[in-house]
Amino acid sequence: MTAALELNQIVGRHGQLQAIKGMTLRIDKGEVAAIIGANGAGKTTLMRMIAGLHPCAEGSIALFGSDVTAMPAHGRLKAGIALSPEGRRLFGDMTVQENLMIAAENGRRGDWNLASVCDAFSQITPLLARPAGGLSGGQRQAVAIARALIANPDVLLLDEVSLGLSPVAVDGVYQSLETLRGAMTMIVVEQDLTRAMKFASRVICMAEGVLELDGAPKNLTRAQITDAYFGIHKTADTAAGGAAHA
Amino acid sequence: MTKAQIVAHILPMPAQDRRILIAALALLAVLAVLPLMASALVVDKLTYLFILIMFAAMWNLLAGYAGLVSVGQQAFIGLGGYAMVRMVEAGLPPFPAIFLGALAAGVVAWIMSWFVLRMKAGEFAIATWVIAEAIRSMVSFDPLIQGETGTSITALNAYAPEMRRLTIYLLSLVTMTLMIWGAWALLHGRTGAQAQAIRDDEEAAESVGITTFAVKQRIYVLASIGCAVAGTLWLASAITFQPRTSFGVQWSVFMLFMVLVGGIGTFIGPILGALLFFALQEIFGDFGAWYMAGVGIVAILFALYLPNGIVGLWLNKGRAEPLSMRKLLSQDR
Amino acid sequence: MLEAIVQGVLLGGYYAVLAAGLSLMFGVVRFINLAHGDMAVLGAMIALWFVQGAGLHVAIAIALTLPLMGALGWLMQRMIFERALRGGFLIPILTTIGLGAALQNGMFGLFGSDTKSLGAYIGNLSWASWEIPGGIFIGQLPGYMFLTAILVLGAVHVLLTRTAFGRAVRATATDSEAAALCGVDARRVHRGAAAIAVALAGLAGIFLAMRAQVTPFAGPMLLIFAFEAVVIGGIGSLRGTLIGGIALGLAQSLGAMISPQFSLLAGHCVFLAVLAYRLMSGAAAGRGGWRATITALVFHKSMLRGKS
Repeated sequence: MTAALELNQIVGRHGQLQAIKGMTLRIDKGEVAAIIGANGAGKTTLMRMIAGLHPCAEGSIALFGSDVTAMPAHGRLKAGIALSPEGRRLFGDMTVQENLMIAAENGRRGDWNLASVCDAFSQITPLLARPAGGLSGGQRQAVAIARALIANPDVLLLDEVSLGLSPVAVDGVYQSLETLRGAMTMIVVEQDLTRAMKFASRVICMAEGVLELDGAPKNLTRAQITDAYFGIHKTADTAAGGAAHA
Repeated sequence: MTKAQIVAHILPMPAQDRRILIAALALLAVLAVLPLMASALVVDKLTYLFILIMFAAMWNLLAGYAGLVSVGQQAFIGLGGYAMVRMVEAGLPPFPAIFLGALAAGVVAWIMSWFVLRMKAGEFAIATWVIAEAIRSMVSFDPLIQGETGTSITALNAYAPEMRRLTIYLLSLVTMTLMIWGAWALLHGRTGAQAQAIRDDEEAAESVGITTFAVKQRIYVLASIGCAVAGTLWLASAITFQPRTSFGVQWSVFMLFMVLVGGIGTFIGPILGALLFFALQEIFGDFGAWYMAGVGIVAILFALYLPNGIVGLWLNKGRAEPLSMRKLLSQDR
Repeated sequence: MLEAIVQGVLLGGYYAVLAAGLSLMFGVVRFINLAHGDMAVLGAMIALWFVQGAGLHVAIAIALTLPLMGALGWLMQRMIFERALRGGFLIPILTTIGLGAALQNGMFGLFGSDTKSLGAYIGNLSWASWEIPGGIFIGQLPGYMFLTAILVLGAVHVLLTRTAFGRAVRATATDSEAAALCGVDARRVHRGAAAIAVALAGLAGIFLAMRAQVTPFAGPMLLIFAFEAVVIGGIGSLRGTLIGGIALGLAQSLGAMISPQFSLLAGHCVFLAVLAYRLMSGAAAGRGGWRATITALVFHKSMLRGKS
């Protein structure tokens, strides 16, 4: 397998505080990874570091073998990493179409364009002319994912996929994401454990800035995950979890 | 820790600072008797230097300690001068008018503070400037001022030139000393600690119960009175009041230069900056516009590459800030 | 009276061009360029040099000056402002004040203190006028200037709303991180915005040189006018800037009817009134509306202390 993304001992800081404390992680091409963990575990900081929004204080990040550690966020989009950020961050006073066009104009060319994202997320088509500020939560999430897709990334990062959405909207989002499986390397941050276990081919649990548990859902027990989730160290179990993937 | 315990942990003044203070007191004593032997020219130059130091210290109080970057302090230089002209015209002797005029400017600063202190950084900077311009236009309407022509405080000519020079020199020296001491006391007190907290993080300061508006207002009004006193002392030595000169934005450029080059937000920096600015003016002042252009370029370079000024250079070498306003606590518990 | 109104409106076009650059920088780069007025004077001086020194036709001089000013804006953003913006809110203010002092005195050193004007090089345009029904005369120069202002601001509006660059500018202004996630290079956008802003300042300077005189020290006054127009019209919209410019022009032109000195003061007063209204209504909203504020002001002043 080729590695899509390699994080090598990366450290991320918020002032004095270390939010990511030297994490090493390899994501293979085509993998679908879910990152879980309690609030403050460093999930969002990790996503922001991979996307280039948060500086990497130590360590390195490589995309398909080439070092991108010093590359700014806009460069990483062109290199093939797209992030749909926490809070969606749509441009509220611009229309949905304009939101999508910005990413299309400044991202990579490829199969994804305005027509194809509208096919994949059919609910977007009637919204194109509406200002993005007036959309519902589910609609905003669909536009945010479409905006990341339209840049034709190799690695798609999705922060807080289901946060603030109704169960029906979450189903819709995951149905659309299902169609991308295999074609794209995906990393999602998901608070909902059941969803994460169902959707991902690999579950990565973080606590307080370190990787606690990493493995395929079928190899992990509920108890292992709960312990890792709350950062309860059971050295043997954690090692077993780590081995489960290796 | 209780408050008393914390106070017990505050370290005494470092030896370096004590030496600086003793040297400063000795220097002041020398300056007090200097006019007995120095020429009239030297006395005039020193008076101007004292006035520059006052401007720098007051602007630093505003921008360096309270985070209020004003480009409109000339409003109070001009207003103080105008009030002084008016008071002398009404029959008040000129020397008391120096201080009463400045107090009148302080009243206007207090009224203005309700309005300008609600603005954010850039807006505050430029709005204070516009207000200075508006006040200048209004003052020019006074028939006594004769528009842009200005007017002279002829009552000052009643004194013998030697006597006048000496009085203004001594008044400037005493005022400068009091002003620096006052700033010291203010910054070492509650207001100083609160102001620095606000400058560093306004929201956090508010969340620990500091009434940010009241603190800013206190500093704004005091710094404006200080600025106005320096301005009226300058006017007393220059005699002629012209709106365009007194309300000129060049005062703000001077203040900014002195504070920035010396070290903004440090106690000793602005004084060093004023000395440097004075020296530059003495050496290069004859080049006129090119000199001022150079001042502008030096200001840009300092802002971009050495934002902590001369004192910053000193600090970069790992040495303690001389006369720091931050209280040092001992490590042992 | 009617004539003063017409003149004020026409003057407003000039102020709007002057203010548009300042507003663009404030809206996109989030920074107030205190040397903006001096940039306008620099534009006027360069155009004057092309005409007087190099003997070029006025139209050619303008065509050369505007791109030159744009390039200068791009360079200044890259060399000075980018670095200044990393230093919090204090450093940009200090830097641009220094830049203003350097520009004013540098221009004084180079061009001297004589007031200069392009008025002598534009033929009878400086005094020709049209008569419209009602016996009102409209100066042709102010008329053309107003039309140019509308066209230029319209063009900038189209650029911002209909082009990829414009979308990138608006995205960066709204949320620069999200824009970066969409592949927008904020530094490129900022440089582009600075180029447009300084070119607009240059155009305003040329307008000034045509309708009146320029001196090297005129910049601070122009900055004040620009800022007044921006605040009166509301930050961040070109239409607002145009309205603000016209309001300022009207105030000055009506103020001049009372006395020549009153002209500028009238503009300052309108600005201060609008600013006071904004601040007070913002503050009033926090205390339960106007009525509550007035009650508090009159009866319990202490209620006003603290939170704004």
